[in-house]
Amino acid sequence: MADKHIDEISGVETTGHEWDGIRELNNPMPRWWVYSFYATVIWAVGYAIAYPSWPMLTEATKGVLGYSSRAEVSVELAAAKAAQAGNLDQIASSSVEEIIADRQLQQFAVSAGASIFKVNCAQCHGSGAAGGQGFPNLNDDEWLWGGKPEEIYQTIAHGVRHAGDGETRVSEMPPFSDMLTPEQMQQTAAYVVSLTQAPSQPHLVEQGKQVFADNCASCHGTDAKGNREMGAPNLADAIWLKGEGEQAVIAQMKTPKHGVMPAWLPRLGDEAVKQLAVFVHSLGGGE
Amino acid sequence: MLHQPVTKASVERLDTGPVNAARVRGPLYEKRRKIFPKRAEGRFRRFKWLVMLVTLGIYYLTPWIRWDRGAHAPDQAVLVDLASRRFYFFFIEIWPQEFFFVAGLLVMAGFGLFLVTSAVGRAWCGYACPQTVWVDLFLVVERFIEGDRNARMRLDAGPWGLDKIRKRVTKHAIWLAIGAATGGAWVFYFADAPSLLASLVTLDAPPVAYSTIGILTATTYVFGGLMREQVCTYMCPWPRIQAAMLDENSLVVTYNEWRGEPRSRHAKKAAAAAEVVGDCVDCNACVAVCPMGIDIRDGQQLECITCALCIDACDGVMDKLGRERGLISYATLSDYAANTSLATSGGTAPINPTRVRDADGAFSDKVRHLNWRIIFRPRVLIYFGVWALVGLGLLIGLLARDRLELNVLHDRNPQFVVESDGSVRNGYMVKLLNMIPEQRTISLTIEGMPAATMRVAGQATGDGRSFAIGVEPDKVTPLKVFVTLPKASFAEAEEGFSIIAEDPSSDERDVYQANFNLPGAAR
Repeated sequence: MADKHIDEISGVETTGHEWDGIRELNNPMPRWWVYSFYATVIWAVGYAIAYPSWPMLTEATKGVLGYSSRAEVSVELAAAKAAQAGNLDQIASSSVEEIIADRQLQQFAVSAGASIFKVNCAQCHGSGAAGGQGFPNLNDDEWLWGGKPEEIYQTIAHGVRHAGDGETRVSEMPPFSDMLTPEQMQQTAAYVVSLTQAPSQPHLVEQGKQVFADNCASCHGTDAKGNREMGAPNLADAIWLKGEGEQAVIAQMKTPKHGVMPAWLPRLGDEAVKQLAVFVHSLGGGE
Repeated sequence: MLHQPVTKASVERLDTGPVNAARVRGPLYEKRRKIFPKRAEGRFRRFKWLVMLVTLGIYYLTPWIRWDRGAHAPDQAVLVDLASRRFYFFFIEIWPQEFFFVAGLLVMAGFGLFLVTSAVGRAWCGYACPQTVWVDLFLVVERFIEGDRNARMRLDAGPWGLDKIRKRVTKHAIWLAIGAATGGAWVFYFADAPSLLASLVTLDAPPVAYSTIGILTATTYVFGGLMREQVCTYMCPWPRIQAAMLDENSLVVTYNEWRGEPRSRHAKKAAAAAEVVGDCVDCNACVAVCPMGIDIRDGQQLECITCALCIDACDGVMDKLGRERGLISYATLSDYAANTSLATSGGTAPINPTRVRDADGAFSDKVRHLNWRIIFRPRVLIYFGVWALVGLGLLIGLLARDRLELNVLHDRNPQFVVESDGSVRNGYMVKLLNMIPEQRTISLTIEGMPAATMRVAGQATGDGRSFAIGVEPDKVTPLKVFVTLPKASFAEAEEGFSIIAEDPSSDERDVYQANFNLPGAAR
């Protein structure tokens, strides 16, 4: 460094750096500031040794504390599971009815069931469980296989038409395109629609009633109110799973469509299915 | 001569200069020079002791006041219960959505500050500010251990020895203990004080309690013991704000230049030489007692917290000299300006105190003294009016507030459900807020849409239009409510309906105007 140079105006020593006659004053940082800086440096060194920090070719250094955010998450998850264990144990040892009767347990199951539903069921039944054409609305009071808690549990656990589950719900409507003439199908559709609304061709209703009694009543019942034993839908209500109106009825008679729901017990386990059943039961249509 | 001759030569002269005077300020960054405030005695000092006693008493003792609220609520008079989101203040219990009451108190505190500042100047800074109170407390400790000003200065300048180490260690230990007690008192506002104290002692209190105590111990110790006047001068925004709220009719601590100047250390000699001298004998007592390190005789300064200790110091000297008190006094700037104008013949000549005195040495009646009516000028009255109005509003709000509330959330997904008989059902999440610590039976009723029926899941069986719901004390009761409208009555949905929660025993009532959704085609 050059000779000591004191700035005339401020009386402060300069650093000896000069650019175009402009000199830099040597005003050191306040001591507390410098010490804080040193402290952060020391901290950083300690941190780099204690925690994973240095990126290597394939992975980062492990750090002597053995910390990992993944391990921390699993600890948190375990803690959350442990916190729920009491409720889950109770759910495991109770029937769905007993869960519903216990207000506190019911609330726990409803909120747990709601999140399980959103992950596993919303794809078909919608996030609000309102379903769609061919996918039953779980909010209403129409139940193909029964709306009592145990019945709902059974449906969820073993699915509908799920190959590979011995207890699965099975029903099948035969195609009537070979057995009935197009006129007969027209007449039947007119009759079925007339049960809840005005048919487009009222004069067909009487003949349709006869055709229905001969061909459909064995499953759907003489009054067309369905049969839960067989999963036969109630045709005398305002809910139309496969579409509303005579054309939809005829289409279903010609080439019946059958929805499939997987059996959830093997995938989710007993507690989750019970919680789902409680949730579905709580949607407003449960019996 | 006009003045009484100086009869007693007992006035101690202090060789001191203000630390924070503008004229002695050095470069931008300078090491702090320590201030060693001398102990003052007088009426303002006594008043400050009183304020300290009352404010510290309130702060340390409040959490220990008990208040019986029955079995369902804590029995601590003032409690901020963060875990269950309640705020208890004697007979008042505040729920989170009522926190505007606290906001209202803050508004009142703001206007109260405007009110006090415009009336009596920076009284908050000088007497009630926690920084002032704790610095005062720390100074008491310092004086007790190290002695008054001169002894402290000697000790500070002297070499390190056993005695110095012993005094310093004792002082800092007591300071830290006060800091810990301060932090300790704070956490008692957030939990049941006796049980928290027990768990603090047995080391199983929650970590947040220890860290809060630690942080507050550190800040109290650093701010009150080490930084002192620097907090007011460099860190605190209030001095700037308060200075802007003063006007020429606010009380400020004022050196009455018009009677003090020209100051003389040798009043007797000057009098003998027939020189005109003022009342100020330049003893520097006002400088020595100032905790902010300023010389009030330099005029109004940012640092001055108007603690009035210089008034006490100067009054003591004036008493000894047999002169009137009030050379330094609380005065308004307008009075000060008028008197200065009198002493300087309207600013045309240097100050001559003979112009403010009559031949007998008493003040002429042209001298303006503090007129208390000035305190009640329109500005102050307006501040008081707004302050009182907010307070009145809060009080009325507090007395008239509902202790029963109904919150309703209409289900959005699905918006409606068609039932098998063609009727349409809407779902609602109803929350009944029972805001008193007593069990109640609330009647939940729907009004409007005469054909509609209601069902309350899990609480009551069957459909109806009114149900009695048992609610727990001081809790929110969530209910899933389904309202069904038969197909034949869809036209009614246009009107919507109301959900009403009512306590028949107290006539408390809350109403929610609900919509009813139908499939688009039905409308």
